[in-house]
Amino acid sequence: MSELEELLRAKARQLLAEGQVQQVIGYERGTVPLRARPCFVRDPEQVERLVWNPHCENNLATYLHQADGKVAIVAKGCDARSIVNEIVERQVPRGDVVIIGVPCQGVVDRRKVEELLDGRDAFDGQITQGHLVIHGTDFEESVELQAVWNDSCATCRHRNPPVYDILIGELVEAEDGEDVFVAVRELEAKTADERWAYFSSEFSRCIRCYACRQACPSCYCPECFVDQTQPSWFAKSDELSDVMAFHLVRAYHVAGRCLDCGACARACPMGIDLRTLSRKLQKDVRELFDYEPGMDVEAAPALGSYRQDDSDKFIK
Amino acid sequence: MSAAIEPQADWEPKIIAFLCNWCSYAGADLAGVSRIQYPPNVRIVRVPCSSRVNPLYIIKSIQHGADGVLVSGCHPGDCHYISGNYYARRRFALLKSMLEFVGIEPGRVNFSWVSAAEGEKFARVVKDVVETVKALGPAERLVKRGWSNE
Repeated sequence: MSELEELLRAKARQLLAEGQVQQVIGYERGTVPLRARPCFVRDPEQVERLVWNPHCENNLATYLHQADGKVAIVAKGCDARSIVNEIVERQVPRGDVVIIGVPCQGVVDRRKVEELLDGRDAFDGQITQGHLVIHGTDFEESVELQAVWNDSCATCRHRNPPVYDILIGELVEAEDGEDVFVAVRELEAKTADERWAYFSSEFSRCIRCYACRQACPSCYCPECFVDQTQPSWFAKSDELSDVMAFHLVRAYHVAGRCLDCGACARACPMGIDLRTLSRKLQKDVRELFDYEPGMDVEAAPALGSYRQDDSDKFIK
Repeated sequence: MSAAIEPQADWEPKIIAFLCNWCSYAGADLAGVSRIQYPPNVRIVRVPCSSRVNPLYIIKSIQHGADGVLVSGCHPGDCHYISGNYYARRRFALLKSMLEFVGIEPGRVNFSWVSAAEGEKFARVVKDVVETVKALGPAERLVKRGWSNE
């Protein structure tokens, strides 16, 4: 057990025992090796379940608006920004949430690990000195953490939670330098035909399971537009037109709110590139409206506000 | 409404125009009563405000047989609801950029400000949109080909 876990558990125990919160949302060891899963601790006796390691990939803000009473929530940089979003959008009162900030170096992409294992079974793993050491029945493999980071972590600019009540550990140094919109710029440089071909081939694999929507902390509508039947906006077929419409509207609905935590792409069972479209909108919001979501609980959302001198260029 | 699969020689584009009740719809009306000629390719849908137009309507229009879409509202500062068109402007800027990013032709989705006194401008905008869409040909991308649920 790491020092951070010890600190985290002590804080959680204190919050629950003193009755400051009714539950702590955090991570526990998953049932499969090298995975962590969300857990909801209501009893101070059970804080030992809580873990903190680079396998804690879920964005826990997803569970926040469903929780009753006061809640403490373990938040990486991206999770904390999602929580800020929910506060800005009046889904959660600021006073009802205790943000336990954990500075994050990145989370491990389970698919990259699976690829590395190539069918072999792992039963345990540790993280030591920047390496992930995987133990199997008849092998032991060590891989640099850099090689298995999640794609969205590789371009992350906000590893520290911008807003927190309790901080576990020390703030990490913010990195910059790399252009975070590389993939978007590459596609922008291509022709419309090439872009259409790219998105058609990506989205045509979609099986409409809506895992991306479920995993997204910003998709909290009580009834999603794809589930509505009166009127039925889009048919529930897997025809490219309907699938494309779903993905366009899904990306559009989180425009100005998406902060690229990558939860949708991690949840997708078909490995569809969901991030590039969202990134494009993120880039536009930044360039057109100079807005970065999830940084400030007092900020007005990009599409819930306007400036009189917003660009008119596209309007006849 | 079923989508055209083969472009025909006498093909004429179908344009859905969402016009705000207070300015652009009145502008279209003025064009009509002033007997200003403009192409008959537009199907006008009257909406309370340009910000009433859910971007979903635009995507669905193209999906179900419109070759082009026009959304028109009051000039900035003239909105009947004070600021509806300012919010709409932000939304449509993103929508247009997103649709172009996935490969929809820029001319398919159009926006304009037309006041109640601008019958001439309405006719000009419609002419312009119809010409642009004609040059692009029938909509192909995003069009639903399978069975229709209508």
